[in-house]
Amino acid sequence: MSPSSAVAEAAIARPSAGRHTLALFKSELQLVFGRVRTWVLLGVLAAVPVLIGVAIKLSGAEGGAEGFLGQIAGNGLFLIVASLGLSLPFFLPTAVTVISGESLAGESSLGTLRNLLTAPAGRSRLLAAKMVALAIFCLAATLTIWVAGLIVGFILFPVGDVLLLSGSTISLGEGLLRALAIAVVIALSLLGLAGIGLFVSSLTSTPLAAMAATFGTFIVLGIMSAIPQIDVIHPWLLMYGWTSFADLLRDPPYWDAIGRNLLLQAGYLAVFYAAAWARITSRDIV
Amino acid sequence: MTETDGSPLVTRGLTKRFRGGQVAVDSVDLEVPAGSVFGFLGPNGSGKTTTIRMVLGLIAPTSGEVQLLGQPMPKASLRVLPHVGALVEGPAFYPFWSGQANLLRFDAADRTADPRTRKARAGEALERVGLSNAAGKKVRAYSLGMKQRLAIAVALMQRRDLLVLDEPTNGLDPQGTREVRNLIRELADDGTTIFTSTHLLAEVEQVCTHAAVMSRGRLIRQSSMTELRAELRPRLIVRTPDVTKAAETLQSLGVTDLRTVGETVEGDAGDLPIDKFAAGLVAADVRIHGFGLERPSLEEAFVALTGEGFDVAE
Repeated sequence: MSPSSAVAEAAIARPSAGRHTLALFKSELQLVFGRVRTWVLLGVLAAVPVLIGVAIKLSGAEGGAEGFLGQIAGNGLFLIVASLGLSLPFFLPTAVTVISGESLAGESSLGTLRNLLTAPAGRSRLLAAKMVALAIFCLAATLTIWVAGLIVGFILFPVGDVLLLSGSTISLGEGLLRALAIAVVIALSLLGLAGIGLFVSSLTSTPLAAMAATFGTFIVLGIMSAIPQIDVIHPWLLMYGWTSFADLLRDPPYWDAIGRNLLLQAGYLAVFYAAAWARITSRDIV
Repeated sequence: MTETDGSPLVTRGLTKRFRGGQVAVDSVDLEVPAGSVFGFLGPNGSGKTTTIRMVLGLIAPTSGEVQLLGQPMPKASLRVLPHVGALVEGPAFYPFWSGQANLLRFDAADRTADPRTRKARAGEALERVGLSNAAGKKVRAYSLGMKQRLAIAVALMQRRDLLVLDEPTNGLDPQGTREVRNLIRELADDGTTIFTSTHLLAEVEQVCTHAAVMSRGRLIRQSSMTELRAELRPRLIVRTPDVTKAAETLQSLGVTDLRTVGETVEGDAGDLPIDKFAAGLVAADVRIHGFGLERPSLEEAFVALTGEGFDVAE
């Protein structure tokens, strides 16, 4: 019996061979959500609506705040939107940076990458599982704020029909759905950054270095967005369309800016995911 | 593939040159016979682990090829590796998870592994390496020896055709080393081919049927243990206060390569029957304090082969 036929026979002897591709994805989620670190990050995000809510409650009904913040005292639902909006420039990117920086570099530094690849997980499939887990973390992060905002907003403030930016009014139920849509759009807005983080994480075996480099990149992009002399490239920067989520509070919602933002995120994600793939499939794993 | 048929692990001209230009592995031609327990020997830094990494597709060779279970690596990784249990360069685990949770994750990474039997298989593997009582403990709290056992358990999660073990007894106490040796024997008896690197010669002498020796990136010897042992000619050792007289007598009886060290005379007795020497020495009035044949240790053979013993290669 030649060894190749022995392998073929053994593969046949395992009736389930090749049918459990999803097990790795599930295991990946357990890895991300089974860590204290992840829950600390989500806890910090959940604290955002609490802090804002309490601050506004204590400062009295008319704190003189503008935008969504000013509307919270009148309608607790706006606490969700305001918390999501205020977490977007810093807290959410930080959380995404930590988790994405850890993804491959963490396995590399522990040495567990060797065990996964000899299992064999397959390099492409492992990368896909990492990215899917990252995307689900992004969604979990914004949904955490949504839930915390909902609870705190309903406890501390009156709630009712929602006055939209365009002047019309929608029911509380539809308002909650719009807020949920905002959470989803913001989660999708984070995918470009998650892609950058995944790529950087594939370059090194030091998770902290990956996190620092990813966050550094984020800051540099932020600074570039603030320099008016280079406004030609502003529309192509990662965060250019991040605030477009507010268009969901118009009647009917404006989809143009949101769609453009999501396309831009998809572009960033595609480029950096491809780079991460090229790196992980050719890299020597020591 | 014709001449390598049946061999679960074959390398041809396998070479790895690192970016600095340093050649870690230099044209290595390995051929591991099916069913063997193959000891892969060499001092630290001789290229054993680099070879194993290439065999398992973790790093790409600069040139040369690897055939694992008859298939080319790393191309056939996904097809072949489910049938190969591996332990590469020390145990690596998620410290914040239990030993069992670690096993489950690595098993989940293999898409041919049946999720329905996963827990049961993990339990068996833990039992086999004597970790059942520590299965629920976080790996952070494991000793090095326990981690080493857990790493072996990863390789035992499925029935394998080939086990590639890199220094499996590293960090184990003598009792643990003995247990791993017994485990290797058991697995070999079940028909699993075992390729194990080590720098502990005693391990090789006790369990291996074949051995290969690496030195400074080159494979300098590979053969069956029977062949290797046959080359180690036994030496006649006589301990006596009358060294001069003993040496003269032995020489007259046909012993060659005689040497005298302190109160010991030793020499190559060839195929001559040793009772003849004992009788001859007594007849010559040589007082005998000790008398016998001694086989040189594998270690001495090793030093002869590598010319460097077991120090780190430079």
